[in-house]
Amino acid sequence: MLTLAQVWPSISLTASLALVTTVLLLLIGTPIAWWLARTNTRWREPIAALVAMPLVLPPTVIGFYLLIAFGPNGPGGALAALWGARTLAFSFEGLVIGSVLYSLPFMVQPIRVAFEAIGEDPIEAAATLGASRRQTFFRVAIPLARSGLFTGTILTFAHTVGEFGVVLMIGGNIPGKTKVLSILIYDFVEHGEWISAHWLSLGMVIFAFVVVSATMVVDRRFGRLTG
Amino acid sequence: MFKHIRFLAAIFLFAATGSAHAGTVNAAIAANFTKVADALAVDFKASTGHDLVPSYGATGALYTQITQGAPFDVFLSADDKRTGTAIKEGFGVDGTEFTYAVGKVVLYSPTIDVTDGAAVLAANSFQHIAIADPKAAPYGAAGMAVLDTLGLAEAVAPKIVTGENITQTLQFVDTGNAELGFVALSQVIGKPATQTWLPPQEDYPAIRQNAVLLKVGEANDAARAFLDFLKSPDAVAVIKAAGYEVE
Repeated sequence: MLTLAQVWPSISLTASLALVTTVLLLLIGTPIAWWLARTNTRWREPIAALVAMPLVLPPTVIGFYLLIAFGPNGPGGALAALWGARTLAFSFEGLVIGSVLYSLPFMVQPIRVAFEAIGEDPIEAAATLGASRRQTFFRVAIPLARSGLFTGTILTFAHTVGEFGVVLMIGGNIPGKTKVLSILIYDFVEHGEWISAHWLSLGMVIFAFVVVSATMVVDRRFGRLTG
Repeated sequence: MFKHIRFLAAIFLFAATGSAHAGTVNAAIAANFTKVADALAVDFKASTGHDLVPSYGATGALYTQITQGAPFDVFLSADDKRTGTAIKEGFGVDGTEFTYAVGKVVLYSPTIDVTDGAAVLAANSFQHIAIADPKAAPYGAAGMAVLDTLGLAEAVAPKIVTGENITQTLQFVDTGNAELGFVALSQVIGKPATQTWLPPQEDYPAIRQNAVLLKVGEANDAARAFLDFLKSPDAVAVIKAAGYEVE
């Protein structure tokens, strides 16, 4: 039978990974989204495509190249050497890097769409009123794009919770360190412990349903407020 | 009129025997047997005309798929448990189970000299050792048994990274992310002697890899032909050359 002690390390690990990834992606993704929404360079679409690639690429491709990049002969190995490790694989830090890459489009796309929906008028009005670019960004653009920020945050968190392939490839399945919920469920299935797999899967189904419903409800509320 | 019917009947008969001659075997094959099975498929095609369509995976995962109605004719397990279970649970055909290979586990490292593997393990001066999931993969269980025999299981435990199957375990070592790992001899055959260490057979339970005909393939002549082919001297030679023993 499934005990809390059995699943708790995976639950708390999954929650920490999703939380750290979401916060990092808010910091990284928002400027990228702003730039994509405002720039006129011809590099815009190729870079937008690059950001969206994880949507299409199989996790095995990302995981495989991360495994090589993380190793002692790759840049990850050089970084890991700073704290005396040989590799970024099999570590929480490695999972965070993988998740940030893999969830990037889930943060950037909704925010970019929200920024684009603001249009030129409020930005120009703010400039006319003497606002600096910094003030315009934080006091005008961010509040007006809050529905996009919210959707991006929820989707990123949920997507990281549901991440499987990349973690399987670079995690090494270490309890409390890289064994996230999706991997724990996979293990239960592999070991023929289906009852435990059923219980955890049921929890994930409910989680997914709540998250998606919440996003839709909030999206409609924001829609009413701003639209 | 009768002539026509006879002609048609002849065509049908020809078609029927024709398909029996060029059959297809859908095989669920343990990941450690990947290279050998690819080689055997070519020989099998040459000697019988049948096609082998292999699906590779961890034995545990493959068996789960079989219980859920996967369209496999034969099952080449990496152990001698799941084939028996398959018969008991009604997925395998009674009396068709046999050992096609006996696997050997090996400690492998491209960077550390593991000529004396036991000493390297005892020295414990590495950061990660890769082992396949011992609950799902027999080579993983064998690796753990070797550590147990050496009395090192506890000391090494925090450094273990678990591969989902034996192929992923090798990947962890070959990409340099883990310095060493327990893999199948068949995966690293031909590597320099300093890179591999064969633990004594008595240090771990023999990895008898059994095959069984599945109910799905009971009426498939090509499937039976493949199991017979596995016992043939030609196939045995290929299997032995690849790093397995044959009983």
